[in-house]
Amino acid sequence: MKVTNWGNYPIIEAQVMTPSTVEEVRAIIASSPELIARGLGRCYGDSSLNSTIVSTLRMNHILSFNEQTGEITCESGVSFAELLDAFVSRGWFLPVTPGTKFITVGGAIASDVHGKNHHVAGSFSAHLSSMKLMLSDGTIVQCSRDSHSDLFWATCGGMGLTGIILEATFHLMRIDTAYIRQRIIKARNIDEAIDLFEANKHWTYSVAWIDCLSKAGSLGRSALILGEHATKQEVGYRYRDPLKIDKGFSIPVPVFLPDFVLNTYTVKVFNELVNTKYIQGDSFVEYGPFFYPLDIFLDWNRIYGRRGFTQYQFVLPKASSRTGLRKVLERISRSGEGSFLAVLKLFGKQEGLLSFPQEGFTLALDFAISPATLALFRELDELVCEHGGRLYLTKDVRMPKEVFDKGYSQVQQFHTTKDKFDSIKKFQSLQSKRVGLS
Amino acid sequence: MKYVLIIGAGSDIARPLAFLYAKAGYGIYLASRSYEQLVRDASDIKIRYTVDAAAFKFDVSHTTTHQQFYDALPVKPAGVICLAGSLGDQQKSEQDYNEAKNVMEANYTGLVSILHIIANDFEKRREGFIVGVSSVAGEKGRKSNYVYASAKAGFTTFLSGLRNRLYPAHVHVMTVHPGFIRTKMIEGRATPGIITASPEEVADDIFSGQQSGKDFIYSKWFWRFIMLGFKMIPEPIIKKLDLK
Repeated sequence: MKVTNWGNYPIIEAQVMTPSTVEEVRAIIASSPELIARGLGRCYGDSSLNSTIVSTLRMNHILSFNEQTGEITCESGVSFAELLDAFVSRGWFLPVTPGTKFITVGGAIASDVHGKNHHVAGSFSAHLSSMKLMLSDGTIVQCSRDSHSDLFWATCGGMGLTGIILEATFHLMRIDTAYIRQRIIKARNIDEAIDLFEANKHWTYSVAWIDCLSKAGSLGRSALILGEHATKQEVGYRYRDPLKIDKGFSIPVPVFLPDFVLNTYTVKVFNELVNTKYIQGDSFVEYGPFFYPLDIFLDWNRIYGRRGFTQYQFVLPKASSRTGLRKVLERISRSGEGSFLAVLKLFGKQEGLLSFPQEGFTLALDFAISPATLALFRELDELVCEHGGRLYLTKDVRMPKEVFDKGYSQVQQFHTTKDKFDSIKKFQSLQSKRVGLS
Repeated sequence: MKYVLIIGAGSDIARPLAFLYAKAGYGIYLASRSYEQLVRDASDIKIRYTVDAAAFKFDVSHTTTHQQFYDALPVKPAGVICLAGSLGDQQKSEQDYNEAKNVMEANYTGLVSILHIIANDFEKRREGFIVGVSSVAGEKGRKSNYVYASAKAGFTTFLSGLRNRLYPAHVHVMTVHPGFIRTKMIEGRATPGIITASPEEVADDIFSGQQSGKDFIYSKWFWRFIMLGFKMIPEPIIKKLDLK
């Protein structure tokens, strides 16, 4: 069948198998020369694509939950949406969540996802106690920081290349309400935005929407959005049960929009709308619109049309962030290739071999796929490498091997572990072949 | 706690449907042949929604065990949803009556057995709801699956009669006609993407239809119009078409 991930590029023909038991997974591993696991396909490019794909979507049982400590064990196909649905009303929340809830726990580990709280909470792996993995020979290994720690660290952020993640144990976080106390501060340019991030480090959640088309003095004009889980006292008088919220509405995008719909002009209009929507000041918002503003548009990736799109997300070390970000934004602004969605975020410290975050600033930019944007990416690659940064594998569909090698200094250690547990290179993806990870 | 009994709980629709009822506060009884899987499913439901859930081994075609199965339920359910069914092998059915008989049992006669046992209890109690998931396939025969389709036609007619019978007893009977669903049943077959529903969507339709007391629903809704058009094609023409 035809398979593609969130960016609708590339679209490949693949054999997709959806096992519902461990025995079925073992049989698939035994009978396929190479394969890769896939969850909800929210990575943008080819990270979870190969000729044989094992979908984890039928391995989605929650196996245990400790009401006192918040420790949960579940199969890898459980989605964040399911976890929120089951646990928010009981006062528990995800310790780390990316900008969509339509990802699986397995995907969260393989991508070692980060959220708006990375500077205080780290990435998903920081909250992971242990996991069960099926290796290329069909054996099941439980790994954690203490046992088979090499496998644990190669699997967190390891893009599914060490084995099939079957189960994971991690901690949910206590919340008092399902609401977020939100503060919005406008930044006139990139310098101001960087200063604001530093000045507001004590906020649990912080992220900025950047207008990529702004130029000169207002280059990097943005809205910084800060958030804290609201306490009962803060919202108490407003809501009868502050942990319960109504089932939100969603707007489907039923068909691919024509390619010309997104262009510099419509992106400009959109940026103005975003800028107007984010009014400086404090408010209480439901967790949904705060963490997942785009999830109400089901299949919003179709807005980019059939040509597909990708996200260029990079991180720069703190020391070079200011100059690096300005150069990148200038380059994009000059190119006139409007990025519909541009998100800036401050990362904290990070463990892991291939985990994307590192202390510094990350910028994520959406672009439609075209020869012009691909050429732009090559120029941006140079700027990113020059400033000691790297790109996020989960968003990537075109990163050359050199750029990958320059950015990820611990790749050799990863290979050592991969050779130890998957010497026959059973677990491969189109991406791993491109960047030399398998 | 009120309980919902799901028969044919090995179906892909069963879990999302059970989640909806569990979220609404119902306890869940899951019944099908695949007992080991159901135990896992029941434990998962308990953890997610803090309601009671239990698994029961049940075989639609073993009609002699049906009364015993129903009597053994710890609490008599407030409602039952029947998802049981099996496509079978049409070509094999044409050659081998045993296969045809199995298909008819799985989709019709076996269901008559268990649903009458439940209906008689509900009628006595003067409460409850029965949801039967039949199929749009039952509305018109096609060469590719007419044994299955005729059993579904029988089931649809059974449900409408049952609805008529139980109305005075305040027992609600709802018939569901789903179209294409992305399930194990049709895995690997090419289905038109845009009109193929996910199991979750069908579960949503069943839950909201039952809760609002509908008698008959299509899932997705547009199948009403697809079937209306299809049924308007006269038989002299339809017999000449190569219907897959």
